[in-house]
Amino acid sequence: MSQPTSNLLYLITIVCFILALRFLSSPTTARRGNWIGAAGMTVAIVVTLFQPGLHIGWRIPVGGAIGAVFGAVGARRVKMTAMPQMVALFNGVGGGAAALVSLAEFHNLAPEPGRLHGDVSIAIIAAALIGSVSFAGSMVAFAKLQELIGGRPITYPGQQFVNLTLFGAILAAGIAIVAGAEQQWLIVVVIVGALVFGVLFVLPIGGADMPVVISLLNAFTGLATSATGFELHSYVLIVSGALVGASGTLLTLLMGRAMNRSIGNVLFGAFGTVQAGAGTPTSYEGTVRSVSAEDVAIMLSYAHKVVVVPGYGMAVAQAQHAVRELAGELEKKGVEVEYAIHPVAGRMPGHMNVLLAEANVPYPALKEMDEINPEFPQTDVALVIGANDVVNPAARNEPGSPIYGMPILNVDQSHQIVVMKRSMATGFAGIDNPLFVDPKTSMLFGDAKDSVLKLVAGVKAL
Amino acid sequence: MSHYAQLVVELTILVLAIFLGVEVISKVPTLLHTPLMSGTNAIHGIVIVGAMLVAGMAGADTVTGWIGFVAMILAAANVVGGFVVTDRMLEMFKKREPPRKDDEGG
Repeated sequence: MSQPTSNLLYLITIVCFILALRFLSSPTTARRGNWIGAAGMTVAIVVTLFQPGLHIGWRIPVGGAIGAVFGAVGARRVKMTAMPQMVALFNGVGGGAAALVSLAEFHNLAPEPGRLHGDVSIAIIAAALIGSVSFAGSMVAFAKLQELIGGRPITYPGQQFVNLTLFGAILAAGIAIVAGAEQQWLIVVVIVGALVFGVLFVLPIGGADMPVVISLLNAFTGLATSATGFELHSYVLIVSGALVGASGTLLTLLMGRAMNRSIGNVLFGAFGTVQAGAGTPTSYEGTVRSVSAEDVAIMLSYAHKVVVVPGYGMAVAQAQHAVRELAGELEKKGVEVEYAIHPVAGRMPGHMNVLLAEANVPYPALKEMDEINPEFPQTDVALVIGANDVVNPAARNEPGSPIYGMPILNVDQSHQIVVMKRSMATGFAGIDNPLFVDPKTSMLFGDAKDSVLKLVAGVKAL
Repeated sequence: MSHYAQLVVELTILVLAIFLGVEVISKVPTLLHTPLMSGTNAIHGIVIVGAMLVAGMAGADTVTGWIGFVAMILAAANVVGGFVVTDRMLEMFKKREPPRKDDEGG
């Protein structure tokens, strides 16, 4: 197949990918879009098999089969609650593949001087660097989400200095290659350095900042793919990588805006100190009112309108099915139930939406922040399940608060608030969320799933 | 086409694709942001084309071949896993009216 013909056929792939993203604008067409994308991918693979001079041998089919089996089994077996880490994992392997393609290209081209044009070597370094950071970073994100390592931010003194020095060294090796020092060991320095950098880069980021990192790593893999396209002079790689890069960048900015923090602040400034107000001097005096599940069940049953506010705690306890059941019971009693979804609730963009969709919650009942906030004053009960920062009124009222300025769900404006939380030691002095001591708030302590199931039983018994 | 002309064409395509991407993706609702991430994950699996070209490079030495082999495994996992996970996610987004009194659940 000649070069122009294959590029013409690759154009089909490009159109398929764009349609796939276009169809994602509505839940009714989204699934079809994904199939169109898969069809486009199939076209690209078949066209590549017919490239002149391609020696198919055993590596392509065997490697492809191993990867495909691994991918299919992993994707089929994973539980819906483990989606964030699965997204991180597949993102990482893509970055790794881009880095390896660059390494092989360099290894193949570099020995003969003059074969490596400046722009191609820049592309090789970029893909090797970004791809490796994405691979290592995604693996750390995977390990954090899978709880193989602590989800808490890991910090040590001089962290930024170490990171900067390392990045400087990687950059120096890269520039040396572009300048013409086509030594094999230099690209190894770039890749190994970038792997270490990826680990160090993601380790200090944790908790509520995870959605930002996941989307950023997604953008990185896209950029690495695009750079690979410049190495191989492949339009389909350039365009596809650019689409992914644009998507990841947009999501990253969106997450940053939802927390009213700059991306730089999330990645380098915070080091987790902002999260959950840990170590902040602000504390609120007041009495925490603890209630029983039976009381809450009565409160909910006689309400007109209940708004459920899910957070990461719901995901951890895997309480989404129980929540759906509770909503069903309440609706039988004529109670209007809606869900308030904060943009950064959970561990990746849109996390709560997928979990609730898994539990068969119809998506028209899921309300975004701007849509639901005006409704809280007319809400009888706001049921907060494992959310904390996204409902903290200090973000609105306390200029000294570390999360001041972050848009929140105004649950404190509803008539009554029930906060479900795992625990809070009695006599706790330094409460960081004034919502918990609000006279309208009742606390229901316990595992989110157990508590919700008790509520279901309570509502049924009435 | 000269090497320079080729580069200019590629850069033009890159810039246009970025603008197109921003346009298309800004229309995706928050509701579908997780499937969007997962779907774009599948799309960057297109790096499999690069992996195939490297793994099947004629006259390449053993090192290149083995690197290509590993790249092939990673890229294929990316492609298949990406599309399957996205499909599983999207399967769950069903349009139903918020259930009324006689709802049976589902």
